[in-house]
This record gives sequence, C-alpha cells and structure tokens, in this order.
Amino acid sequence: MGGQIWAIGEISDGAPTKLTLELATLARTLAEESGGEAQTVLIGTGASGAAPAAAAYGPDVLAVEANADGRPVASVVAARVAALVAERKPDFLLIGASNDGKDICGMLLGLTDLPLLANGAGVAWGEGAPNVEMSTFGGKLVTHSTFAGTRGMVIVRPASVTAEPATAPGKVETVAVDVADELPAVKVTGSVEESGAAAPIEEARIIVGAGRGIGSPEGLKVIEDLAAAIGGAVGATRAVVDSGWVPYGQQIGQTGKIVKPSLYLACGISGAIQHKVGVQTANTIVAINRDADAPIAEFADLFVVGDLFEIVPKLAAAIRARKSGSA
Amino acid sequence: MNIVVLLKAVPVVGTEKLDSGLLTDRSVQLEANGNDEYLLEKALKLTEAHGGEVVTLTVGPAGATEPIRKALAMGTARAVHVADDGLRGSDMRATLEVIAAALKKMQPWDLVFAGADTSDGQGGVLGAALAVRLGLPYLSYASEIEPTDAGGVRIHRFNPTGYDILEAPTPAVVMGTQLLGAPRYPSLRGIMQARTKPVETWSLADLGLTPAIVGAGAATTKTLDASKPPERAGATFVREAPDEAVAKVVEFLAARRLI
Ligand SMILES: Cc1cc2nc3c(=O)[nH]c(=O)nc-3n(C[C@H](O)[C@H](O)[C@H](O)COP(=O)(O)OP(=O)(O)OC[C@H]3O[C@@H](n4cnc5c(N)ncnc54)[C@H](O)[C@@H]3O)c2cc1C
Ligand SMILES: Nc1ncnc2c1ncn2[C@@H]1O[C@H](COP(=O)(O)O)[C@@H](O)[C@H]1O
Repeated sequence: MGGQIWAIGEISDGAPTKLTLELATLARTLAEESGGEAQTVLIGTGASGAAPAAAAYGPDVLAVEANADGRPVASVVAARVAALVAERKPDFLLIGASNDGKDICGMLLGLTDLPLLANGAGVAWGEGAPNVEMSTFGGKLVTHSTFAGTRGMVIVRPASVTAEPATAPGKVETVAVDVADELPAVKVTGSVEESGAAAPIEEARIIVGAGRGIGSPEGLKVIEDLAAAIGGAVGATRAVVDSGWVPYGQQIGQTGKIVKPSLYLACGISGAIQHKVGVQTANTIVAINRDADAPIAEFADLFVVGDLFEIVPKLAAAIRARKSGSA
Repeated sequence: MNIVVLLKAVPVVGTEKLDSGLLTDRSVQLEANGNDEYLLEKALKLTEAHGGEVVTLTVGPAGATEPIRKALAMGTARAVHVADDGLRGSDMRATLEVIAAALKKMQPWDLVFAGADTSDGQGGVLGAALAVRLGLPYLSYASEIEPTDAGGVRIHRFNPTGYDILEAPTPAVVMGTQLLGAPRYPSLRGIMQARTKPVETWSLADLGLTPAIVGAGAATTKTLDASKPPERAGATFVREAPDEAVAKVVEFLAARRLI
C-alpha cells in the first residue's frame, strides 16, 4: 500500500508552474505503481483559479487561497503545508527544486519530523517508499536512495519527468487553512527588474554555452544568434557571469545551475571542473575552442578546434539553411 | 554586528567518492564549500564596514581543520568545530539538530549565514530549516546583504529577472549566493595570525546531544546503490577550415537527430 503521495505545487502568474505539472504527473505515476492515492496541493493567491489546470494532470487538487501580504511566498506556503500535513498525515511529499521549492522544503524540515531526500533526478516506487535516483557528485555517480521508514519528502529537479495530462482529470477541493503561528516576519519591501526573463536553462533541450572566449558583451551576440537558430537557451560560465555579460540565473556549474540537456554546445569554454560538474551529464557535448588542449576535450563528444567567431556564425547560418529546407 | 558563517568542509570538487558503506568518503582532502566562501567574504566585508566579528561553525571530521584555518587566515576571529566520531553518516535531520544546538551555545550573534547549497549534497535546505528551528526570520538567495538603520537586515533576493528587497529584524538567518562576490585570498599576514586564533572543538556531549539521534544508525534515509554512468567515448576532433568544420558539425548533429 502506497498511502498518500502529495505534489506540492507553485503558482506563477495565476497558473501552476511547469514543474508543478511534472510533480502532479509523478505523484499520479507513483500512486499507480504503489496502489496509493495522489494529491496536488496548491497554496497562494489565485490557488483555486490555478487548480483546474493542475487537476488536468490527474491527482485531485487541494487549493488553499492565501495572500502573501508582503511576505516571502515560501514562508506562507510552508506554514500551510505543515498544518495540512499535521491534519491529513500524507506519507510522501514531492517538492520541486526551484528556489521557492527548496525554501519550502527546508522550512518543512524544521516544521515537521519528515525525513528528506534532496536532489532527486528520477523517482520510482520502491519497496514501500519512493526509490530516488540522484546524479551525485556533479554527475560522477548515479545513486539510488530511499527512506528508512514509511514517510518522507523528496526534492525533485526540473525536467526529471515529462508532464502528461491524465485521461481523467482530478477534482478540485478548495479548503481554508488556519495557521496558528505564521513563520517569523520577513517583509518584501520592493522589487527591481533588471532584465527580461531568459529561457530557463534547466528546462532547455539544447543549451549554447558562452565562455570567456566570447571576449566581450558584443561577443555574446553570435552565441545568442546560434541559440535562436538551433532553438536553444543561452548558458554561461562563471567567468562570463562575473564579467556581468550574462545574468547569474544562466550560469552552469558548481555554484550555478546543474543541467542535463540533450545537446550542449560549449563555445569558448575551457571546461574547468567547477563548470564540468554542472553539465557533464548532457547527452551530447560539442565544444568549439581554439585550444585543442582545453580540458573540455575530456568530456566533449565532438571538439571543433577553431575560432568561435568564425565557426559559430557559420554554424548558425548552416542550421537555418537546413531548417528552411534549402540545404 | 556579529556573524556566524556556516562553513561546510567538503571533498575537493572532482575528487569525491563513496566509501564501502555508500557514505561520502570524508577521509579525503577537504575544502570549504564553494558557496560558503561567498558568504564568508560578505561577512568579512560587513564587519570591516560596521564592526563586529565573524565566527565560522563547521560540523565535520578532523580533516575540516584545513578549510577552517584558511577562513581564519582570511580574517575570521575564531572558529567552532563540532567533531565527533558518532556524527559519521548523519542525515540532514541530524545535521540540522547539531547545527541548531551549536548555534544556541554560540549565542549571542546577530546573523547566521548559510550557503545556497553544497557541492557534495546539493540540499540547499539547511538555512531555511535552521531558521524555523530557531524561530528566526529567514532571508534567502541573497545577492546583497546590508544592515538597516533600525538594527535589522536587508537583502536583495535574486530572481530570474532581477531581485526582491527583503527586510527583517535580527537575529536572522541569511542564505546567500555567488552574487555576493568572490572570496579574498588569505594574505601572508593573515596566515601568520591564523596560527594563534582560537578553534574550539566541541563533541556531541558538549552540546548536550545524545549519540542516538545522529550518525548512520539514526539516519532516516539510506543509499541503496551507486554506479558510474556510461563513459563517453572520447572527443572526435574536427580540425578542418571553418566551412568544412561546420559541415561536419551539422552532419554530426543531424546523425544524432539534434537538428
Ligand atoms: C568555488 C568555485 C565555484 C565555481 N563555480 C563555477 C560555476 O558554477 N560555473 C563555472 O562555469 N565556473 C565556476 N567556477 C570557475 C571555474 O573555475 C573557471 O574559472 C571558469 O569555469 C572558467 O570559465 P571559462 O571557461 O569561460 O574561461 P576560461 O577558463 O578563461 O576559458 C576560456 C576558453 O576560451 C577559449 N577561447 C578564447 N578565445 C576563443 C576564441 N576566439 N574562439 C574559441 N575559443 C576561444 C580558450 O582557449 C579557453 O579554453 C568556480 C570556481 C570556484 C573556485
Ligand atoms: N556540516 C556542516 N557544517 C557547517 N555548515 C553546514 C554543514 N552542512 C550544511 N551547512 C551549511 O548549510 C548550507 C546548505 O547546506 P545543504 O542544505 O546541506 O546544501 C551550506 O552551504 C552551509 O552553509
């Protein structure tokens, strides 16, 4: 018996996030495998409005309207999930590895006595509990872990599963949750927009990576153009982010993001260990570097020895020509 | 402003391995967790500008001494090192209890700094859990940290399009990112001074904790198996002139159905 498996969702612009739909799909699959029940929990402003879109992925949705009132969203969500957990005693929670998701999960670690497996890259039903696959030590090892007991929380990385609508949508139940003790007050006093939202690299099938070899912010243009031609997102090394040429949200590596695209096109990137750990599990890696001895040769599949300013624009043109059928 | 920086000692990135019990092997050379050094640098800058001292707190094996000494050489006033054989194999819950107990014993302080995640575990949850456990405000994903005139703390919380501004009274727990700035290198003078700076070593008993709640025996999670992912075949080099090279790349990508 699998008991109750909850997907803890997030709302963005009045809709469930892509990661939420992935978690709902995963909860449904685990419930099918275990003979248990799945439920999606959506908490926040506009939860009931966002609920039907989440219910389309199968599990019934528990929608809780909660106004953040100028507090960080995670603290509002975590306090309510904890109250629901105390009342309804689910067995397993699936939480997304977004910034808010990890904050929520950390707070729940402090608010409940649930054990935690972080960094899940795949989840299947094991022996009475989820069996969680992880890409450990920056992709050096693949490990499987589980809980010693029969309850716990799993943090699930984006794009670990493909969100698939269910044949029969779930029901929506809107409930009110009374929280006796809100978490200590933090006030959101302002918000500053610095750039448009770039394509999220965690979700991209193809990433074109920019390294110090691009030389200047102008050099980024050829990378962006290749990304547009091939339908990919732009990633970067810390050297490029430190220079202020690409926002930190697009950094790949140890203190940036860990990604697993089908294709990584590394342009002007040496392949330092701190970068490697963020992308070495990509299915295919193509490097363009004028130094044939660059360490990226150790984990690339194809290594083009040459000047990126000569190769990259021609590659973008060739891909465009091929796509328009003229090649 | 007195700041405790949570400094985890992790295996040097790239050299990590599991021991026969499928636990992270911590007998290898350890370095300061990359994210924690950004917080350490910010803490040093804040105390240089506003007064107060920086103390690091590390829960980890004997090999953690090296990164702790490096932090002292960078400018921390002293260090607390919780080391106990019973800690081996501790899960996140146990680590949380130990750090919470140590922080209580270290009071008073104004701010606790935690890193965004760790290179050997990628949890990214400890700061939030600690704040809740200690009943303190939690401010996360900081790209900037500054004191307020009212004696509180203000941070910029990084998001994909910019940042939110968050404020809270102190004491508080702040989790921060690389955007806080690159860590300094220890100076020769700093390295000399570090030799005489105090490192307090605490056991579980010093914290009033029973060994029953920590270590592999008390772990609520377990690793079942580990395997190496299939190795790459090694890079094929393309050394032709640009036009020919590009044709080869296109052919390669098309063969793998990537374009
Ligand atoms: C604690 C810590 C955490 C870190 N975290 C990260 C992280 O998350 N992500 C990350 O990326 N790094 C990280 N780093 C930094 C990392 O060590 C490297 O410094 C960084 O990845 C190097 O970036 P790069 O490859 O762009 O630059 P470089 O190492 O300078 O390499 C540039 C490459 O471009 C090539 N090149 C130059 N011009 C051209 C041209 N015209 N055409 C073709 N090729 C050209 C050169 O041959 C060279 O190989 C971290 C470091 C530390 C200490
Ligand atoms: N054993 C430890 N000793 C000191 N600090 C730690 C320890 N484990 C975690 N931390 C702190 O908590 C942060 C987040 O850790 P984690 O949630 O495990 O990824 C780290 O960046 C450190 O600042």
